[in-house]
Amino acid sequence: MDFSDTPEEAAFRKDACAWLEANATLRDGSEKVQDAFMANTPEEVTAAQAWQKRKAEGGWAGITWPKEYGGRGGNEMQQIIWNQEEGRYKVPPNIFVVSSGLVAPTLIAHGTDKQKTEILPSLLSGEGVWCQLFSEPAAGSDLAGIRTRARRDGDDWVITGQKIWTSGAHYSGYGILLARSNPDVAKHKGLTMFVVKMDSPGIEARRIKQISGHSSFNEVFLDELRIPDSDRLGPVDGGWRVAMTTLTNERYTLAIGRSVGGMRAEELIPLASGVTLNGRPAIENDQVRAKIAEFASRQRGMEFTSYRIMTALSRDKEPMVEGSIGKLMLGKLRQEMASFALELTGSTAGISDQPKDETGLWRVDYLTAPGNRISGGSDEIQRNIIAERLLGMPPEIRTDKDTPFSQLK
Amino acid sequence: MNFDFSDDQEEIRQAVAKLLDGHTSFAKSHELLDAGAGFDRDLWAKLAEGGWLGVTIPEVHGGSGMGAVELAILAQEMGRTLAPIPFGAAQYLAIPALVEFGSDAQQAALLPEMATGQKIATVALAETCGFAPGAVAAKVVDGRISGVKSPVSDGAVADVAIVAALDKNDAPGFYIVDLKGEGVQVEPLVGMDPTRPQSRLVFAGAEADQLAGANAAAIDRLMDGAAVLVAFEQLGVAGQALDISTKYALERTAFGRPIGSFQALKHRMADMFAKIELARSNAFFGAWALAENDERLPEAAACARLTALEACQFAGEEAIQIHGGIGYTWIADPHLFLRRGWHLKAMLGPTTIWSERLVSALKAPETTSAKAV
Repeated sequence: MDFSDTPEEAAFRKDACAWLEANATLRDGSEKVQDAFMANTPEEVTAAQAWQKRKAEGGWAGITWPKEYGGRGGNEMQQIIWNQEEGRYKVPPNIFVVSSGLVAPTLIAHGTDKQKTEILPSLLSGEGVWCQLFSEPAAGSDLAGIRTRARRDGDDWVITGQKIWTSGAHYSGYGILLARSNPDVAKHKGLTMFVVKMDSPGIEARRIKQISGHSSFNEVFLDELRIPDSDRLGPVDGGWRVAMTTLTNERYTLAIGRSVGGMRAEELIPLASGVTLNGRPAIENDQVRAKIAEFASRQRGMEFTSYRIMTALSRDKEPMVEGSIGKLMLGKLRQEMASFALELTGSTAGISDQPKDETGLWRVDYLTAPGNRISGGSDEIQRNIIAERLLGMPPEIRTDKDTPFSQLK
Repeated sequence: MNFDFSDDQEEIRQAVAKLLDGHTSFAKSHELLDAGAGFDRDLWAKLAEGGWLGVTIPEVHGGSGMGAVELAILAQEMGRTLAPIPFGAAQYLAIPALVEFGSDAQQAALLPEMATGQKIATVALAETCGFAPGAVAAKVVDGRISGVKSPVSDGAVADVAIVAALDKNDAPGFYIVDLKGEGVQVEPLVGMDPTRPQSRLVFAGAEADQLAGANAAAIDRLMDGAAVLVAFEQLGVAGQALDISTKYALERTAFGRPIGSFQALKHRMADMFAKIELARSNAFFGAWALAENDERLPEAAACARLTALEACQFAGEEAIQIHGGIGYTWIADPHLFLRRGWHLKAMLGPTTIWSERLVSALKAPETTSAKAV
């Protein structure tokens, strides 16, 4: 067990710091770094792409990627170091979470050589921003129940249906899309994955407004969209396995916290210092102090859990299921912490002058947290995964498992 | 960087696990529970024979001279097997105090016999008023101690105690007291875990030999170290409570299905698991900070302690619930874990104390802006 840098890691950190110093400005703490999925404006997207391009040119974009795909061929420890150092700088929101965290590993695992050589460089350089067209109005947690139909027509596939909760579809140039290619077999068995260009005729993305007021995700309508068979990702009717690669990486990406922000427990200290409770500063109240301690200890635990996942990865162990732990802890902690912060403000309970003043930040955090508990596999799904795959409990009863999809009610 | 045990450390874990698995049983814990006192002397002898009682004792005094991480591994296995021996107070507190502050003569007088198991040591930190060094009232004047320490783990079986007390100028320090000597009275207390009996030590002018240099800050640091090590024992306890629960949930059927197939139970066990792993992550950082004497130890120790307390109590309580009626009986195993959890809570004080230590250690951010990624 060693939380300090080896000489090689120290050298890597020094290089990273030198590059960051030359290419970015240190954060002075006055600005809020946005959650990845909060990027809304075209300016934010352009800035994020420019930063990604610069990192790619400097060799910092694909630290753990194999060299043959333009990556650095480095290890997960280096990725931790990079994240720590980059976090100290003013950088645009990372809109490449889906691209590099979910799509890239899926492509590397299931893509043809041609797909890999064509797609991965642009994905690394940030030119290609990707989204994930999986969930549908009638299929969320039960993803294998999707209805979007893929019909073979000569060398093409014709896709019709509807996707939903598609993060970043409005700024993505590409997507990976799961569709039903064969309705006459059991629901997991008739699915195929495709690569799609988001500006193709027959695709329309409409933004959805979340309870936080932001619009980070979309519903996407697919009407006779034509995809050449060469853009199929993985075997015909073999899309479920491809999707599992994506989803496992999604849990892990969310768990190691490269994408989800939120406030730090320490931020509660100045907040509580500025609020009066029973005639004294709230920070002097034992109950307030106990809550801050509880949140801080949980947040630290999550941080170190993400490091443990990275350690497992660097040893070529499969840490993927452990990703569920981090994912499970994340949303609830954020929700409780923001709720506590808003309560601290006393009788005003979250009311303040400005949308983006200090209380406003906590208001947004509180209204963002429910999304963390649902997206990327809900808390309930994560608990099922932990119970079934880590603790060996029997799987959920699935009455529709062996029935052809077309015969399901 | 490596946020897991090294291969060598994993080998140590397997070796001690094998020994403990061969010489412990929950049946033995039940025997001791029924007897209401005592400890497993056979197991004690086996551990002494294997050199496991002197892991962090310097080699010159008969130990193996290993570090805090290796001891943490042992602690975890002690928790997992609920080893009913006077291990914790000596290993997590008395030995570190002696190694850090004892003179050569003091070390030579105690450590070799502790390594061989011939001498049992404990620490007496708390008084009825609590654990904070400032709350100590026991007093040493002219090498004689007077006062009351309570609760003291293993007090009834220990030969010697490291006692926190004030000197004539009211400065806190550590003193070696021979519990078999004059002026010492040991009174039994009733605790949650009779396999780790608690005592009250009443000193009336007993001889007290000071450990030089053990001031308030040093005592604080010792508490932090112990919090990390106890967290590993708690992880062992909680992990085993979960393990017996998953086994039972697969065996026991209701409504024609194993009860482990119901989401109400699956999700509860998933929560047990998640709390344990969160605590483990904090404990790992704590062990490293302790071994490296990192400046973040106070924060790391408090985080480890707080999350381990939560994981251990939750696992103990829910293990009983998952076992249903049988889990509520004396003869069943689940309450052994709950009891050991409370023992480990009592050893260093409850959540309230450690919450305060953590908030005091936390640095407020320079600004109130949010951070991400």
